[in-house]
Parts: sequence; structure tokens; C-alpha cells
Amino acid sequence: MTYEDKLRPQSSSMLRITGGKVYDPANDIHGEIRDICISNGRIVADVAGGRTIDATGMIVFPGGVDVHTHVAGAALNFARAMIPEDHRRHPPYVRNERHRGGIGGATPTTYVTGYLYAGMGWTTVNEAAVPILSARHTHEELRDTPIVDKSCCVLMANNEILLDLLEAGEIERARHVAAWQIWAAKAYGVKAVNPGGVAAWKWGKDAKELFEPVPGYHKVTPAQIITALAGIVDDLGLPHPLHLHCNNLGAPGNYKTTLETMKVLEGKRAHLAHLQYHAYGGDDWFTMRSKSAEVADYFNAHPNFTTDAGAVLFGDTVTITADGPWQHLLYKLTGRKWGNLDVENETGCGIVPYVYKEKNLVNAVQWAVGLELLLLINDPWRIFLTTDHPNGAAFWRYPEILQLLMDVNFRREQLKKLPPKALKRIVLPELDRQYTLSEIAVITSAGPARALGLPHKGHLGIGADADVAIFNDSKDIARMFAYPRYVIKGGEVVLEEGEIRQIVQGRGFVVQPVYDKKIEDYIRPLFQQYYTVSFDNYPVEMERLENPDIRPCKPGEGNSRTE
Amino acid sequence: MNMTRLTLKGPPPVPLEAEVLSPDVIASLRHDALAALPVFLGKRQRRLDDFFTIEGDGSDHLEIHGDMERVKWIGRGMTRGQITIIGNAGMHLGAFMKGGTIEVHGNAADWVGAEMTGGLIHIHGDAGGQIGAAYRGSLSGMNGGVILIEGSAGTEIGMRMRRGLLAVKGPVRDFAGLQMKGGTLFLLGGAELRTGAWMVRGTIVCLKPLTLLPTFNYACTYKPVFLRLYTRRLKELGFSVPSQLDVGSYRRYSGDAAVPGKGEILVGQP
Repeated sequence: MTYEDKLRPQSSSMLRITGGKVYDPANDIHGEIRDICISNGRIVADVAGGRTIDATGMIVFPGGVDVHTHVAGAALNFARAMIPEDHRRHPPYVRNERHRGGIGGATPTTYVTGYLYAGMGWTTVNEAAVPILSARHTHEELRDTPIVDKSCCVLMANNEILLDLLEAGEIERARHVAAWQIWAAKAYGVKAVNPGGVAAWKWGKDAKELFEPVPGYHKVTPAQIITALAGIVDDLGLPHPLHLHCNNLGAPGNYKTTLETMKVLEGKRAHLAHLQYHAYGGDDWFTMRSKSAEVADYFNAHPNFTTDAGAVLFGDTVTITADGPWQHLLYKLTGRKWGNLDVENETGCGIVPYVYKEKNLVNAVQWAVGLELLLLINDPWRIFLTTDHPNGAAFWRYPEILQLLMDVNFRREQLKKLPPKALKRIVLPELDRQYTLSEIAVITSAGPARALGLPHKGHLGIGADADVAIFNDSKDIARMFAYPRYVIKGGEVVLEEGEIRQIVQGRGFVVQPVYDKKIEDYIRPLFQQYYTVSFDNYPVEMERLENPDIRPCKPGEGNSRTE
Repeated sequence: MNMTRLTLKGPPPVPLEAEVLSPDVIASLRHDALAALPVFLGKRQRRLDDFFTIEGDGSDHLEIHGDMERVKWIGRGMTRGQITIIGNAGMHLGAFMKGGTIEVHGNAADWVGAEMTGGLIHIHGDAGGQIGAAYRGSLSGMNGGVILIEGSAGTEIGMRMRRGLLAVKGPVRDFAGLQMKGGTLFLLGGAELRTGAWMVRGTIVCLKPLTLLPTFNYACTYKPVFLRLYTRRLKELGFSVPSQLDVGSYRRYSGDAAVPGKGEILVGQP
């Protein structure tokens, strides 16, 4: 059997998981012992025949869903090339008869990304930042990322064609351009990174004030870009709200910008990406402190938002973001390697290898803020587990965060390792909350699936995709979640007893929002004037996606709270 | 003391990766297990005894005979024991080494002792480039230990080294001590161009006239006392040095001002 033969889209086999303690919070099931039946890649009420997995003494979760990660594309490839020292630190994934080879670490290669995600029970990932210009590359890497289902968000908040339209107040035309761009990139959602700031970075500047015009423009402000894009996403009825990386990421005192951004978005739905990086107080690096309580208070009172933690863990990683000005600052702070990409008229990108050190005051505060937000935001359906992979830590370290969330004593032990000064700047020592297994199932699966608008993901109800993770019911939380006993993807057992057993190929989720076909007549001349590639070569062909799944848009229905 | 003797049957057709040739791996193994250790011929896994004749059980002292020019990674990451090579050694000899001794009665290829943190490597012949260096992308090269080369060496020796002692008796090529961050580099037979480029700390001692980069500034001429300690230590390790090393006077240059750095290059005066 060739490797390609193994990439079967879905299973026709039947399977019964019996005796396990099922956690399916979307269907209000919290640790009940019951059977889960699977047929034709879906959860069904019952099956006659097929394999039975005895999950007695184990817990059964819906497959994990990562709402914000960076696993494919030009920027990630650049980062892979920049950190050979990281590849050497981690054991290689040696090829065998079941799977291909590759390397792990902070930026695993495509095949290994799929194996590692599936290897800890995650079955759906959302690549959070894709410029249209490199969308073809991204889709080809996603196609090479096995097992997991994939989606991606296209970068828009610094696209000069859109910014020019917003400057001119042509919101209606901007909506059609945005819809055309989403389809051109074969994207699933819209991402805004440092709105206006990355466009300003092309002149060595940034957009730090929400209500000041973006450098290079006379009228349009970051606030206007944010509200316009959030409105466009809602008008187009995309399943996932605007995916927003706020201005002033990582800067001391940036919680004010974050609160202002949420106020600007009053009544509009939005997903605030990696909130940890946006909840700092203080005036400079010497006075930086946690403001997670203030951010969480506002967030708790406004149900139109979802967020992901973007938590930090101590150790080596590499930071990758379209936020070019921030990466330049980080490079100046670290004095280490720096990669900078200019993506023509669309966005930018910066890459800086980084080490989070527990004895470093700033890093200690960052570590605490990620956990604080996860503990202070009351509704687990609105905050999800991420590390903004690989920015805060590699995704395969999620089980370490789960242990910190579920075990207050372990958390206190870790707090003892921080510099005493840091303890005065965080609120984590005062927090006693411990996550339950049901809440873990929400923040790792049910919640992000709902936020992404994927009704067939994140639960084990009848008709759902048969993506299931089965773990030992153990007190060693980190080990339990790092080494599932079984992982089932689309009805196929892909991992068993710690080994990849078979490779299946996931689907690629895309949306096709409605736009006026004549909008191409507007875009084409601009494109041919300013871009270096031909307009006709710009949109990604559908054939680039493996198993594309076009999800429905519901224009006019999206302008409500996320739930 | 027990010794394990290996003899290369013949040069492998393509490079052979044999990081199992380390006392840490073989010390506790019986002959059969030793013979079955995996090595990689290109990308194909083979047995150790496909390429070597093995005498005796595993031990802390490994003696290897033959021209190992195409055998890579001998002594990788070793922490103890001794490897004696009667013949030439391939690339990456003693890379990531933490302890123990490697002695080569022949020449060695590139990347000897790369990123090592402890132990002793003594090459009685010539060596290639990047000795004690940082691998591409790494912040630091050798961070401890001693490398002694009786013959010549190639380019970029001591690149990004942070600690430790690296001494070469013969001439070395360009970029010795490139981006050096610490440690001591003895160039007893002189060096070609751009010695110490981008060095931020550390000491380079050269007994031959040196063409320096313009970003090194002359500081003074003096007789450094600390060189007596190094001379004594090198002699203890069986590395003979000219008497000029500890009694001569030196012109001291500081740099590299292009970084800017606080390294020093001492050039011996005739």
C-alpha cells in the first residue's frame, strides 16, 4: 500500500467505545459511563458489529480543536529555516512503515505536525494568519499535514486595497473586495493583525493609538479598520467572527488598548486572539505587571467576545507574527536572530527565536497572565486553550498547561520558582480555581468548535464527526493528556497505545461568501499596477485543497453574540 | 584495563554515521550486542559488525583501527572513558562531548568537538574546519573542555566558542575565533585572514605575525603572567609548546570594535 493509498478521507468502519467515562459538555454529559458508537465516520446511536474498544477506567473526550495556531505557510517555513539549533534539540520522528519522517521542536515539519497533534488527541486546527499571496503555499503545507482537519484565516487589516477603500469611506465596495479575497485565499475566516500597524511598518512606523490615523493615511484609524472588518465579517455571515490580534501586542500598559478595542467592538462579535499578550499594565519593562483582572472583568461582562489564552510556558521557542513592528522591537530586546518579511501590499511578518525564562521578571509575568486569564474568565465556553503556537510555547506542550489549570497545588509549587518581585505583580497566587475535566473538554474542544462555527466538531452527539480522544483516568494530568490511549479521527483509530496506527487525511474547511462578480473589474487594474504577480495567478485553485469542505455562510445572521 | 578493539573492514562507500562508537553506549554490552548496534550507511540502518571487526566485549576504552575518514559522529556526546583512533577520523568527532578522552593518531575532519562541554580531544595530525565551533544556528560553540591539534586546522575554528581551551600547533585558515564569546584559542602556527572577527570576549594567542582586521585596536605590549599557567597545563596534557609562549612579550589588541567586543588578541613578538 502506498502512502497516498493511506490518505483515505473518511472511514466506513464501525466502532463501539464502551465502558469509558464520557465528557461531552456540549450535550450536557459530564463523566457518565456510556457507549459511543461510530459508523461511516460519524457518531451514531448504535452499531451492530465492528470493533469494540474497552475504555473501562478511561475518559472519553471529543477530539481537540485548536482555534489559533501557526502550523503552515511561508512565515513558518522561514522560522523552520531560522532555528536549526531547535531541530537538533528534539529527537527526530523516524520514518517507519506507518508514517513518514520529520522533525519536531518549536516548528515541526508538516507530517510531524499532524502526527503530534493527533498524538495528543487534537483533530482540528485553525491556521490563524495567512496572507493571500502565500495562501497557495499554506494550503499545500496543510494538505501535507495529515490526520487533522484544517481551516485558515486570511490577513486583512493591513491590506492596502482595503485600507484605501476604508480611507475613502467605501464600505460597501470594501465588503465585496473582502469577500473576493476570502474566496481567493480559500480561507475560512478573517484575521486582523495590529490593524494599520503593519501597513505603517513599511515606513518604519507603527499604529499605537486606536483613534489616530494610520501613518500614511489621513483619515482611517485602527478603530475604523477593526469595526469595518468586524461588520463585514458579520454582514457576510462567516461562521467565525473577526479574529483579532489587537494593537500594541506585548507592550507594557497595553491593557488600555485592549479595553478600548473591546469598547469599539460593542455589540459586534469578535474573537480576541492570544489575550495574554494584550493584558499588561505598567509603563515600561521595569514596571510591567498583570492587568488580567481588569481585562477579564470587562470580557466577562460582554458576551459578544470569545478569546484564546495564548499562554506562555518557560523554555525555548520561536515567535512568528505578522506584527512586524513588534518583532523588530523583540529583536532589539533579545539581540538574537531576526527575520522580516514584507508581503507586498498585504501585510508583513517578523520571526525572532525566543527563550522564556522563569527568572526573568517580564517572562514570569507573561507566564502568570496566560493562566490568570484562563482562571479569571468565568465562562469556559468563551476562552480556549492555546499557546499561540509557537509564540508562547509549542502546541505539544498543552498538557503542561492543563496540569497547571487542574491542580492548584502544582501551580503553587511552580509559583515558588518565580522571582519574588514577580509575585507582587501578578494575581495568580490568589486564584484557587481548579478546572474540572468537563471544563477542560470545553476549552480544548467544545468551545473552540463552537467559536469556529463548526457544529459537527467538539462534541459526541449523534451526527457529529467521529473525532474522539480516549485518555487514561490518571492523577498525573500532564502525562494523561500527553499520551492518549486511543485517538479516533473520522471513525478510524489513528493512534493506539502511544503509536500511530494509520494515517488518514483531514478536510480543509473554507467559506464562499457572496460578492459582486464585477468587483474583479475594480481589483484587477489596481492589482496589475501594484503587485508583482499576475492577477490571474493570484487566487488559490480549489484543487490545491485536499478534501475541501465549503461551510455555509449566513449573511445577516452573524451579527449576534457568539454562543 | 579492558579494551574493546574495532578494526574497519574497509572504507564505506558513502559516509557512515556511527554515534554508537562511544564508551557510554558500548561499556555495558557483550560482544553480540555490540556487533548488532545500529549504524547508518546513508539513510539505511545497518549493523556495526557489517563494517568493523570487533574484538572483546564492551568497555570504557575503545580502540579503533583503520581509515575512518568517512565514519562520522564517533564519540558523540560521550561523558566518560577513552576512544583511541589509530588512523584518520571523520566529521563531528566528539561533537557534544561532555567528558572522557579522544585521541587520534592521524588526521581528523571538520567539526571536531563541536559544541562540546567537557573532556579532552587530542589530534596528532591535521584537523579540518569548525573545530570546537557552534553548529549553524546555535548561539554557542564549545562551552568547556580541551581540544589539542598537533598539525594544522581549517576555517572557523573556535567559532562562537564560549569556554574551554583550543590549541593548534600548525597554521590555521581564515576566521579563527569567529564571533568568539569566551575561552582561549592558541594559534601557535599562525593564522590567515580575519582572525577574531566579531569576537565579543575571550582570548586568542598567536605566536606568528598576524594580519588583523582594522577593527582591532592596539592596547599595549606586555608579558602576560597567565600564559605560564596555560603553558604548564598544556605540557601536562602532553602538548609540547615553544618556550616563547610563556616567556615572550606580546602586543595586545582589543576588539572586535565592529560588534563592539571586549575580546583580546595577543600577538607574540619575535
